[in-house]
Amino acid sequence: MAEFDVGRHGVGSVSVLDVKGFLDAHTAPELENAFNGLINDKQYKVVVNFSNLQYISSAGLGVFMAYVETMRENNGDIKFCGLKDDVYNIFDLLGFPLLYEFYKVEKEAIEKFNQG
Amino acid sequence: MTKTSKNIRKKLTVNSTTNNLSTIRDFVKKLSSQVGFDEETVNKIVLATDEACTNIIKHAYKYSESGKININVSYRDKKFSVSITDQGTHFNSKSIKEPDLKKYYEEKRIGGLGMFLMKKIMDEVKYSQTATQKNKVTLIKYLQ
Repeated sequence: MAEFDVGRHGVGSVSVLDVKGFLDAHTAPELENAFNGLINDKQYKVVVNFSNLQYISSAGLGVFMAYVETMRENNGDIKFCGLKDDVYNIFDLLGFPLLYEFYKVEKEAIEKFNQG
Repeated sequence: MTKTSKNIRKKLTVNSTTNNLSTIRDFVKKLSSQVGFDEETVNKIVLATDEACTNIIKHAYKYSESGKININVSYRDKKFSVSITDQGTHFNSKSIKEPDLKKYYEEKRIGGLGMFLMKKIMDEVKYSQTATQKNKVTLIKYLQ
């Protein structure tokens, strides 16, 4: 069974989700739960840190598409950081860089929220 | 010079549950590495296979775990082929258009990305129905 884990921590008004392992159709519901938790807590400024993510399929990508609008409607966003090249390539193939911001490191993504 | 590899013919049958996706990925990863594909190409073959099986679990069997998914891998003359069959509901692959992400975002649609990805990352993707009324999708990658 694929292992996946999502951790959450706050940096000021920004929430960081640390995704780890394999994000596929089996594990995507765990990420949905994490997003539902953020919405319940009215945390709409979200940085997803991919440094420890080994694998993503379209089921995982779909989760970000499903939640980004709610975040943006509430003056927040979902920003991405720390993607390995092969994980980024999947996002790129599907045109995500047109609609989402990508950063190398977590700090940059958090600062972007604080500037705006 | 590419490595010379032996021909391969291997089969895996699993029940239709997302629980088995990692088993399916490991199976295809091992065989595609074995014939000499580089890591990037192995990852593409693994992802395409995952997407095809995820579609079967979601759409053909509609999450019913009793359905069977057969995965046949063959390698011959630099052609690596993953044929996946199921006996679930047939769906018309032609009805799935290339997604426009912006439109998807506006319409809150999240399906259909998998099929688009498969076509982008494999050399060939073919859909057919076998004589025994099985749905079949074949993913092909050529070893350069």
